[in-house]
Amino acid sequence: MSTEIDTARAAALLDEAPLAHASLFRFATAGSVDDGKSTLVGRLLHDSKAILADQLDAVARTSADRGFGGPGAAGVQAIDLALLTDGLRAEREQGITIDVAYRYFATDRRSFILADCPGHVQYTKNTVTGASTADAVVVLIDARKGVLEQTRRHLSVLQLLRVAHVIVAVNKIDLVDFSESVFREIEADVQQVGRELGLGSDGITDLLVVPVSALDGDNVVERSERTPWYTGPALLEVLETLPAADELESHLESFRFPVQLVIRPQGALAPDAVAGGLDVEAYRDYRAYAGQITEGSVKVGDKVSVLTPGQDPRTTTVTGIDFAGASLTEAVAPQSVAIRLADEFDVARGDTIAAAGTVREASADLYAALCWLSPKPLREGAKVLVKHGTRTVQALVRSVSGKLDLATFKLEGASSLELNDIGHAQLRLAAPLPLENYLHHRRTGAFLVIDPLDGNTLAAGLVNDHPGDHEDERYSI
Amino acid sequence: MSTYLTEEPTQVTDAAVSTRLSSLDTLESEAIHIIREVVAEFEKPALLFSGGKDSVVMLHLATKAFWPGKVPFPVLHVDTGHNFPEVIDFRDRTVERLGLKLVVGSVQEFIDSGELAERADGTRNPLQTVPLLDAIQRNKFDAVFGGGRRDEDKARAKERILSLRDEFGQWDPRNQRPELWNLYNGRHTVGQHVRAFPISNWTELDVWRYIERENIELPGLYYAHDREVFARDGMWRAVGEVSQPRPDEEVITKTVRYRTVGDMSCTGAVESAAATVRDVVIEVAASTITERGATRADDRISEAAMEDRKKDGYF
Repeated sequence: MSTEIDTARAAALLDEAPLAHASLFRFATAGSVDDGKSTLVGRLLHDSKAILADQLDAVARTSADRGFGGPGAAGVQAIDLALLTDGLRAEREQGITIDVAYRYFATDRRSFILADCPGHVQYTKNTVTGASTADAVVVLIDARKGVLEQTRRHLSVLQLLRVAHVIVAVNKIDLVDFSESVFREIEADVQQVGRELGLGSDGITDLLVVPVSALDGDNVVERSERTPWYTGPALLEVLETLPAADELESHLESFRFPVQLVIRPQGALAPDAVAGGLDVEAYRDYRAYAGQITEGSVKVGDKVSVLTPGQDPRTTTVTGIDFAGASLTEAVAPQSVAIRLADEFDVARGDTIAAAGTVREASADLYAALCWLSPKPLREGAKVLVKHGTRTVQALVRSVSGKLDLATFKLEGASSLELNDIGHAQLRLAAPLPLENYLHHRRTGAFLVIDPLDGNTLAAGLVNDHPGDHEDERYSI
Repeated sequence: MSTYLTEEPTQVTDAAVSTRLSSLDTLESEAIHIIREVVAEFEKPALLFSGGKDSVVMLHLATKAFWPGKVPFPVLHVDTGHNFPEVIDFRDRTVERLGLKLVVGSVQEFIDSGELAERADGTRNPLQTVPLLDAIQRNKFDAVFGGGRRDEDKARAKERILSLRDEFGQWDPRNQRPELWNLYNGRHTVGQHVRAFPISNWTELDVWRYIERENIELPGLYYAHDREVFARDGMWRAVGEVSQPRPDEEVITKTVRYRTVGDMSCTGAVESAAATVRDVVIEVAASTITERGATRADDRISEAAMEDRKKDGYF
């Protein structure tokens, strides 16, 4: 009935300096139930004190009912940490995990968004979904089993999606007696798979391997004395210190800004802004382009190109960057702002504003890798919708040129794609789009394939270079 | 306390600081992007506005998204008839200040007309679904913004930011569209509508820190005040027209505040001396009870209470 105060935690969380600048870090977990993923997630939440007393009480009661931890177990040893991530009733009844679940915790260095992706069912669909917004993905391996086919599949998907940081957690290290030789062998296998994929050696991604025991907490939040041969950081320390994808990309001179809508009040100004002293005359002809910077940064005075499908790029100058009454001199991804331009072009939703001269010619021929997420298979000749940035266009699937064997990383011949397949296809668009290679542009290189009949999302698309363009070997067909 | 909480923060270079957004900046930007996408892609959106803190934050984000223009959609309130009077007053003042249109769906009217029956426990929160769907259909709203957050409970933890609802407003957790990158698929057929949750990724602490940072006004009952209360179901209930103590329940005056401001008949207060937004931020950061667990009787009915209500078309 009263709110209990853990003052030590409050002081840690609210220590002014770290909190003011604490950044947001998104990561996903991939692995099966057997690898101890739920226990690891529960351990992270528990040890970072994201689990509140009432949730812990409920879990402790259930753990006791099920006899977890055995007689005499006390404290955290008596709690089945996996229950902390127990999902919907429909899932408990069927003993499965339906969907990606999002969880939140914070330390004094960072706020975390965790996309907890189920491993067994539809792992490609769930991993692709979780990884698409992740700065890092933690892949679990059972130390007793080592690198399995599923591990290769997970790493293959993560490489394709260009996840900036891949962390392989070798779990259950307690069950192999904290053996360094077992860990080193698995580590070497992981690095070998990484080399085959180009993961961790391509200058874009990195690959780390950490020995952990989710059940006992070794190297999860704090470094363990039971693995003296491991001198690297604990998992949480890794997550606290890795740069977020936006931090890695914001230095690039590749400003991209898909226009969401035009803000043009024409006299219909917000009453609260007017009451607050807004100069009504000065804003009578206000016109600005609202959107979220997907990449890079922009300054007032920068030369930019406005890209409109079917038209040549038009070059102009940024005269203002507005955000809710504040005039900014500079903005970076992923800020949502409104941009004013020097010339009165006709700019609309679906257009892209980009750093002048940095975008290649728009194209109606789309070569892409497709992660097929629907039970309805892809057939050549199908008519679909493509959503890219803020524009949706009709498209025709001209050909499917193969599908990826995720375990061997080889491309096999295929003329259709089924649920959880990843393949390559060529599409013809009804209007040209400013397509960019996903390898270098994680936002403007991504698109959705949508079913025009029921509106469902069919696939996640990653733009490849056109054949004949400078090709990257990992994306060649 | 774990040692990592007391370690020195990572030293970052000046160059990195200038391009690094705080977590609140990032969450604000994400929410504004979603609000603008929905406005651009839907014919007739509306925002659920109860005067509760999450809906007040949503409305604040909408004013920032379209500045200097007006918020381009109406607000919708499902009035249980058991609301705190000061919250209704706050709602009306806010709507007036921003020049918005207010649409009200009334639980009382549905009870009076016999289309809904009062529950034995007197709780009206679960009754909101019918008037909500009626208001959505009558006004032809095709997208409804809500202030739901994924940290609130395990059903919400799995719901999409754009959540498709069928003709009956039902949520089908097994048949959700994958949500990839920052590309939101809002396509829907006639009769379907979409619930949009732009602050899905915020925690209760984020909401309070944002209220502090943006100096957002809230109904006064979020802050500590003296109130006549009685104990029931492990919560402090306010004495009011629809919330009367039974003979065995002693009425006392306590310094309390509310963490959520729902229906008076099922929303409890917590003992608290947090009289300012700063006090509340500290209290929330230190709290060891989740907000729903502490103060909502309707979620305690069963562990799967929220999941059941969402499937039936609840927020």
